[in-house]
Amino acid sequence: MCVKRVPLTGGKMVLTADEQALETRHLGFTISPHEECGVEEAVRLIEQHGGEVTVLTLGPPEAEEQLRDCMAIGADRGILLEDGGEEWDPEASAQAIVAAITAAEEADGGFDLIVCGNESADAGNFQVGIRVAYALGRPVATGLKGLSVDGDRARCEQEVPGGRDVYELALPALVSVLEGINLPRYPSVPAKLRARQKPVERSAPERPESRLEKVRLLVPAGQAGQQAEILGEGPDAAPAVVEVMRDLGVA
Amino acid sequence: MAGALVLVEHADGAVDELSLQALTFARELTGGEPVAALLVGAGASDAAAGLGAYGVSSALAAEDERLAAYAPGAWARCVTDAIERAAPSAVVAPGSNRGNEVLAHVATRLGHTFAANCTELRSQDPLTVVRVRWGGTLLEEARVHGELPLLSVAPHMVAATSANGAGAPAVEALEPALDDADLAVRVSEHVETTTSGVSLADAKVVVSGGRGVGSADGFAMLEELAELLEAAVGCSRVVTSAGWRPHTDQVGQTGTKVSPDLYIACGISGATQHIAGCKGAKKILAINTDAEAPILMSADYAVIGDLAEIVPAITAELRKVRSA
Repeated sequence: MCVKRVPLTGGKMVLTADEQALETRHLGFTISPHEECGVEEAVRLIEQHGGEVTVLTLGPPEAEEQLRDCMAIGADRGILLEDGGEEWDPEASAQAIVAAITAAEEADGGFDLIVCGNESADAGNFQVGIRVAYALGRPVATGLKGLSVDGDRARCEQEVPGGRDVYELALPALVSVLEGINLPRYPSVPAKLRARQKPVERSAPERPESRLEKVRLLVPAGQAGQQAEILGEGPDAAPAVVEVMRDLGVA
Repeated sequence: MAGALVLVEHADGAVDELSLQALTFARELTGGEPVAALLVGAGASDAAAGLGAYGVSSALAAEDERLAAYAPGAWARCVTDAIERAAPSAVVAPGSNRGNEVLAHVATRLGHTFAANCTELRSQDPLTVVRVRWGGTLLEEARVHGELPLLSVAPHMVAATSANGAGAPAVEALEPALDDADLAVRVSEHVETTTSGVSLADAKVVVSGGRGVGSADGFAMLEELAELLEAAVGCSRVVTSAGWRPHTDQVGQTGTKVSPDLYIACGISGATQHIAGCKGAKKILAINTDAEAPILMSADYAVIGDLAEIVPAITAELRKVRSA
C-alpha cells in the first residue's frame, strides 16, 4: 500500500513566503483520504485471505507517524523513502517506489497486489500508480469503488453514470482506489501500541531532476477576501432566507 | 507550438462538454491555429464531423470493434498511433477520469511528461501552465519539460468557446495496432444501479449538513427542507467518516463536485476539502453557530445560529409563503 503524508488543511490555504509550500507550522498531518480507504481495503483483504500488508511512503522522516497510523489499522510493516525535504515529480516518485518494491520483493517474495490512492490530495497528478504498474509489468485499474479477490484474479468495480463498470485483473496487479470503497475503522488503543513495535525500513534514494517542475504555488483569486452577507440570527431569519430563495428562483 | 492533438470524448456520437473545454485550451496552446482531434469508439466519425466549430481541421476516428468496451491500454494505443500520424507538438485531453487515465498510460509508454488538470497557459517557451492542486483550492504554476507535453484540462475551469471560420474537418479512419496487452484490462461487465431522488451532481439546490447536524437522525430536518425544494441532500466528509450518511452523499474533494444554483451548508465549518466540492455553486448560504467559521469566507449569505431551530423555521416559512 502506497501512502503520502499531507497536511490537514483546515479552512484556509496559507503559503510559505517563498510560495513553494503550504505553511504547515500550525497544521497536523494525515494521508490522502483515498489512501486511508486503501489501507483499510488492503487490511480487509489479508483478514479474509491471509498474508501481510506492507505500507510504503516517500516523504520526510516525520512520515513515520503516518506509517504507524497505517500499522494501527493493521499493516504489518513499513518502508520509508526519505525525500530530502524536496518535492518529487510523479515520474521520480514512481521510480523510487518501483525500486523499493523491487528490492522488497527480492528479499521477501512478491506482492500479489499493490494498492495506491487514485490521486494524492495535494499534488493530484493522477499517474504515479500507472507509472509503477508499467515499470513492474503488471495490469492496472484505477478509480475503484469495489474490490474483491478470488484465487489469482481481482474483481475491480468503478462507479460510472448509471451503474458500475467491472474489470477482471490477473494477479499480481496494481489498483488505485477512491474514498468510499469502504468506511475505515478507528484504530484501538492496543493496536496503536502494537504499531509502535512493528518494523520500519528506511532509505534515502537520490532525487532525479523534475520534468514536471513546480515553479510556485498560487492561492486562487476570490478565495480569501469574500465575506458572506448576514441575513440574520436564529429562526427569525427564515423570511429573509425564503426571499433570497425566491430571488434565485429556487423556492 | 506547431499543432495539438486533442483526445475528444463522446457518447455514441455526442461530444462531451469537457472535451469542448479541452479543445478551447488546445487552441490557446497553438495560438489559435486549427487542432487535430482523436475520437475513439462507435460514433467517432459522426461526432468528429461537428467539431469544425471548435477549431478542429482534421480528425482521426478509431472505430475498431475491439474498442467497444473501454480498455485504457487500447485507448492509449489509439493515442500513440495518432501521435505517429499527426506528429503534434502537444497532446491535450479533458481532465475526466478517462482523459487523465489514458494520458497517464501514454506518458508512461512514450516516456513523456504529463501535467494533469491544467487551468491556464502561462508561457510557451519554456512551456508553463497553471494546474489544479488540492481539488482547486490551491493552484500551481508548473514547467512541463520534454519533447511532447501531455496536458489534461481541469473540468469547468476553461469556458468552451467556438472558433470562427472553420469548416467541417477532414475525418480519417485510424486502425490502431492493438495487441493483447492493450486489451488485457477492459470493462468486462456493466452493472446497472437504480437511483431514486434528485442526483447530487445535477441538483439545482443542495441542502448539505456537516458536523453541526450532530447525528444521522439530525438529517431528517434537512431531508424535509430538501423535499420541499426538490433538492438533493449532501454532507461533508466528517459526516461520511462518522457513518451518518453514505459516501455517495459526500460533497468535497474526494466526494461529488456539485454546481447547484443554491448550496445550503448547514453546520459545515468550510474545510478546503469541502469547498473543493461546492465552489461550483452559484450561491452558497451558510447556516452556522460560529460567525467566524471559514465557510463564511466562501458563502454569499449566512444565518448565524442553531441549525436545529433555523432549518425547521425555513421549512415552515416556505410552506406558509406557498400556501398564501
